[in-house]
Amino acid sequence: MSQKKPEKLIDKDGVRLDGRGFNELRPTKIEVGVLANADGSAYIEQGKNKILAAVYGPKEAHPKHLAMPDRALLRCRYHMAPFSVEERKSPAPSRRDIELSKVITEALEPAVFVEYYPRTSIDTFIEILQADGGTRCASITVASLALADAGIPMRGLVAACAAGKVEGRLVLDLTDVEDKEGEADLPLAWMPNLNAITLLQMDGSLTIDEFEQAVNMAVEGCKQVSELQKETLKAKYVAVKEEVEE
Amino acid sequence: MNLPVFYEKRDIVTPGDLLADDDYETGENTYKEDGKIYATRVGLVEYEGHRVFVVALKAFYVPSVGDMVIGKIIELGLGSWLVDIGAPYPGVLRASDVFNRPFRPQRDDMPHVLDVGDMVKAKIVAYDRTRAPLLTVREPDLGKIERGQIVEVTPTKIPRIIGRKGSMITMLKQETNCQITVGQNGVVHVRGRSPEDEQLAVIAIHKIEEEAHTSGLTDRVTQMVRKEKGGVVNVSKEA
Repeated sequence: MSQKKPEKLIDKDGVRLDGRGFNELRPTKIEVGVLANADGSAYIEQGKNKILAAVYGPKEAHPKHLAMPDRALLRCRYHMAPFSVEERKSPAPSRRDIELSKVITEALEPAVFVEYYPRTSIDTFIEILQADGGTRCASITVASLALADAGIPMRGLVAACAAGKVEGRLVLDLTDVEDKEGEADLPLAWMPNLNAITLLQMDGSLTIDEFEQAVNMAVEGCKQVSELQKETLKAKYVAVKEEVEE
Repeated sequence: MNLPVFYEKRDIVTPGDLLADDDYETGENTYKEDGKIYATRVGLVEYEGHRVFVVALKAFYVPSVGDMVIGKIIELGLGSWLVDIGAPYPGVLRASDVFNRPFRPQRDDMPHVLDVGDMVKAKIVAYDRTRAPLLTVREPDLGKIERGQIVEVTPTKIPRIIGRKGSMITMLKQETNCQITVGQNGVVHVRGRSPEDEQLAVIAIHKIEEEAHTSGLTDRVTQMVRKEKGGVVNVSKEA
């Protein structure tokens, strides 16, 4: 992961640094149920991103004063491992970690039936093992799978994907370099069945037209991610079924 | 009448999958929004008349009055024990229930009767979502578990371990010579004459859990148990 700024991020044929077209996702691999000790878990590799998510609960909320009488408390902890970035990151939660924990919680909460289990808490731990841009989106994707794997009732899965502007062109699923050197980044989380956006952020600048195009592009990306999520969730059980019923 | 559906019976669905339109009623693990019915959990979809529901492949235990559960003591309170029954809320077992008379704090030695870490069989006598589930051991075959093995499975797979009209559990008890008690919360207590018998039952229960969503399971498990019994019992198989 060389962080030297390359001459050009997109060559004249519209091919990006890692060989992708402007509307292509990075190669993505997801697994569910990877941890034996958590109630639910999932792991994602999206390009160079490597992220692990674990879910505990619903269980008694601690500290008790945080428990709510009418619904469950959904907590997410986004944490970057010290070795996840080039320069060692302090393992203490940074200002950025805390902010991302908050936005990820808010992106997932509309999908979870929190009102079914009052006075409890559902804890989600997201550990970034290796980061290469777009970790908040990949975290939402993987955390929603971990919640489903824990057997927590949900309105639907949440898929997330970013779009942005690099060297004057709108592109999908930005890497770290593209995010840093590009003009704009727009992460978006989306629920396919309800056609609802649960997270929309932007930094940089886009015209109104570009913004609209970028949102549509990100939603298209989310569609691909969501298909992959469904396949992954089913794969575990389909494999067993085929094995014994052949 | 044939109502339109989006899946075959017993297809695997994921949360948010569209199962049916307005003309159906929502059953277990489904919800309705804008006249459309979606799944809320990973599971197998079933259409029964006007009702659509999902048999979850993974879920946690939600207490229900009358259920027999197996739990672990996690805390000693003043005049009661707190029991982890694998549900979102811990169960409460009153000392007066265990002693079968009013509790006398000066004389009754609670940890002597039930201590943290002990396993108990109990029945749920009262539960609503505003209070913790209340347990009792005042019925035959309930109380502290003295010996045997404990197997934990996903609570949704308990019906599979019992089988249709108890076919699976009856077969397991016969073939392994074990007493098997199935708690509705997904905890199974196995007690046999020898550790080998118990081990065999444990392996069989794990197999049932893993292959719960497949057909012809009872026959396959019977075969497996008979084969294992005939040969050398492979204790190391259980991780």
